[in-house]
Amino acid sequence: METRATRIGLWIWTGLVVLFLHIPIVIIVLYAFNASNVQGWPITDWTTKWFGPAIHNGEMQDALILSLKAGALATAIAMVLGTLAAFALYRAAFFGRTVVSFLFVLPIALPGIITGMALNSYFTYWHQALGLWTIVVGHATFCIVIVFNNVVARLRRLPTSLTEASMDLGADGFQTFVHITLPSISTALVSGGLLAFALSFDEVIVTTFTAGVQNTLPIWIFGNIRLGQQLPEVNVVVFLILLATIVPVTIAQRLTRESGILRTE
Amino acid sequence: MTKVRARHALVLAVAAALAVPAAGAGSSSHRSSAAKVGAGEGKLTMIAWEGYLDPKWVKPFEQQSKCKVEAKYAGSSDEMVTLMRSGGGGQYDMVSASGDASLRLIYGGDVAAVDVNRVPGWKQFFKGFQNPPNNTVKGKHYGISLQWGPNTLMYNAAKVKPAPTSWSALYDPKFKGKITVPNNPIQIADAALYLSKTRPSLGIKDPYELNKAQFAATIALLKKQRPLVKKYWGLSSDEISLFKNGDATIGASWPYTTGQLQAAKVPVKEIIPKEGVTGWLDTWMLSAKAKHPNCAYAWYSYISSPKVQALQAVTWGETPVNKQACGFMNKLVKGSCAQYHANEPESYYASIKFWKTPLADCGNGKKDCMDYSQWVKSWNEVIS
Amino acid sequence: MARGDLLAGRRRVSALGWRYPPLRVAGQLLPPVGWMTLIYVAALAALFVYAFWGVDAFTGKVVHTWGLGNFREIFESAAFRGVIWRTLWIAAAVTATCAVIAFPFAYFMARLASPRVRALLFVLVLLPLWSSYLVRVYAWKVILAQDGILNWSLGKIGLPGANLGYSNTAMWLVFTYIWLPFMILPVYAALERIPHSYIEASRDLGAGGFTTLRRVVLPLTLPGVVAGSIFTFSLTLGDYITPTLVGGAGSTFIGNIVYSTGLGVSGNLPFAAAFAAIPLAIMAVYLALAKRTGAFEAL
Repeated sequence: METRATRIGLWIWTGLVVLFLHIPIVIIVLYAFNASNVQGWPITDWTTKWFGPAIHNGEMQDALILSLKAGALATAIAMVLGTLAAFALYRAAFFGRTVVSFLFVLPIALPGIITGMALNSYFTYWHQALGLWTIVVGHATFCIVIVFNNVVARLRRLPTSLTEASMDLGADGFQTFVHITLPSISTALVSGGLLAFALSFDEVIVTTFTAGVQNTLPIWIFGNIRLGQQLPEVNVVVFLILLATIVPVTIAQRLTRESGILRTE
Repeated sequence: MTKVRARHALVLAVAAALAVPAAGAGSSSHRSSAAKVGAGEGKLTMIAWEGYLDPKWVKPFEQQSKCKVEAKYAGSSDEMVTLMRSGGGGQYDMVSASGDASLRLIYGGDVAAVDVNRVPGWKQFFKGFQNPPNNTVKGKHYGISLQWGPNTLMYNAAKVKPAPTSWSALYDPKFKGKITVPNNPIQIADAALYLSKTRPSLGIKDPYELNKAQFAATIALLKKQRPLVKKYWGLSSDEISLFKNGDATIGASWPYTTGQLQAAKVPVKEIIPKEGVTGWLDTWMLSAKAKHPNCAYAWYSYISSPKVQALQAVTWGETPVNKQACGFMNKLVKGSCAQYHANEPESYYASIKFWKTPLADCGNGKKDCMDYSQWVKSWNEVIS
Repeated sequence: MARGDLLAGRRRVSALGWRYPPLRVAGQLLPPVGWMTLIYVAALAALFVYAFWGVDAFTGKVVHTWGLGNFREIFESAAFRGVIWRTLWIAAAVTATCAVIAFPFAYFMARLASPRVRALLFVLVLLPLWSSYLVRVYAWKVILAQDGILNWSLGKIGLPGANLGYSNTAMWLVFTYIWLPFMILPVYAALERIPHSYIEASRDLGAGGFTTLRRVVLPLTLPGVVAGSIFTFSLTLGDYITPTLVGGAGSTFIGNIVYSTGLGVSGNLPFAAAFAAIPLAIMAVYLALAKRTGAFEAL
């Protein structure tokens, strides 16, 4: 299809991009074994002494659990709301659509600190104590747009003939949605959901203002970066999380392969 | 078909399972503890600088007082003030505020007056730290001084020869692209301090009380310095990276940073230049709406005692305010008392220009000094 | 209620939605738009009202006198105008670079890679997102520092060191690195959906590879690129952590100004709110332009 030269060029390009994406990751892992707590190059002394303290760090464990909880809840909410909005708007050609897209993009478009400050004063006004749910509300708010964009981009390419055929065969709107539309947009849902979770899991600015005394993992990491005395512990934690996430990400990838990809080959 | 349904059910089940304990956790934070006079309330929520609530001294406190410490770390004085005011105030009992924030908290009504008679360690403080202007207003104490540190001149001894003796080194084009200073509007005071000695005609007496002309001159100096600066560091770990990796060879710093770099085998030295230094003094302040005041006083007594003062000082790299801490410091780390100037005559401490929030009220009857919001705006314009 | 009634009820609702699309749209839009309006927009509006107020120079407290003083201050200051301009053009540069890097990669992933390779690439793209933004940016500090990995490698092959650390170039590099997955995924999703028959038809009509790319593939990929660009542009526009960590003396972003003036001690919330209104306006213009390119219309 493409010329051989193009194909080779693309292989090389892909390889370079993978390298670009992962060299810093390799460096992060390397520094988990750095004996000094100051990150200089080259690394002169190697050690595994940071692994024990990092894993048994109570603050880190609490932070990790909180991040997972908040991420899961926020992603669930964002997926429901984002998909609903995507279905409402992907075909309608009315002025409201630009307004609504703009509305969803706002939490990401504005400096996180503004979102954080605004939500914080808002919660204060309603005498809502800061905790897990305020974190979740903050995260869900900026995750909606990710799911929304992904699902809309996919829905646009979906032939309407399928839904019509389904209706002709007697299915109502809900059945059509569950059996026909949902499987065909599942790739978008999964990639949107994964991105949303990753964004929530990693968010620090808005969370600083919507969390109470609790720390999520990024806040714990930022604190350690500020202090600079236990940096390698941070590298250890990130390294272990990376190892741990290879599995769910691979599974998610497997799941998206099974759903119907409507390519007319 | 069934796969889709099963997947949906799983997602819902997971969400529901997470929602139940989350809801429980949410409601428990509403449970208010009845304040008992005298006895501890069982909990203490605090906003602190990173490293100020090290388990080394927090764990013994928790065992002694039965007050569980919940820590929220902040990276800047501004963050601390915002946190104190969040939730309508009262979400946090105490804050370890620096001098650039403490007056704002006092005038904003966010902190309560403290009864120093309930804190035995206070009597052992150096006089200068019992009633410093940044936490004592009109004789009322709004907090107990904690620890302090000077803002020193640090340089890489291997790359900067001969050794500098004056702040002028930071304004010297010789070091273009290798200078680093803190990204903090209060830095204007350092420049003002330098000008007070090198251009006495300006008449700067207090680097935090600058009228329009004095302020303009200081800003002009900072604007001249800007092309020479590699980076305005916001975190001390930034400065550590800068020196370690060769991006900076001279800059304004803290003893903490010097210690960390020396431990990482970077040949840095620090000096107190001949024009003098500014310093930061941290105060533990009590929220006006604190829910656990008795635990707070227990903390005050604990953290002001000589032994704990010494432990925090050598662990973090700062100087205690309690005179008696010196001996304990040397027991922990030999020579640390002298290294951190923990036992100097009172005049030494009086010579350091500790941070305080610039106010329009100059204290000499006139009200034409630049206030902090002016400092912030001008500082942002300088570094932008 | 009997199962038959439930089914009948469901059908009635579904039929209603089919017959009156505005009703269906309204029902679908109510939860998300309701959420955004009642929670986010309300909070924002309360905050942005401050942009038109001022502070009493003496007490530092907010004064409720309406005016455009804050905006005048921002636009009359060369330094602040510089900040806005810098934020804008670095955000644009990052977006362009991400798009250029992502497209061939996504093309390969979508159309040339075998399913197994595609799965592997998918995992490889997502994995960095799980390793903490803060730590990844911090890794770049070590790479770009004066005695860092980049200069060390350049030295090994005899090239002079690059003075990239703590500069706008460093920020551009780091931002491109951090947001790249956010561009790759939507572009991939868009490319994956292009039916093979389109390409074949183009070929049949006599177009060469490059022409097919330019006139068939690229236009069809545009929605994906725009979706990705919304993220890369807006996330760069609102960031203040990367400039803090890898920026140098002249690298202040809008977010940094908002951060330093908006928080407690300075007490100048009105000024911060006014400054924060600027990315808001920029994004409004950006989205309007995106709509103008037709990316939002059904293709």
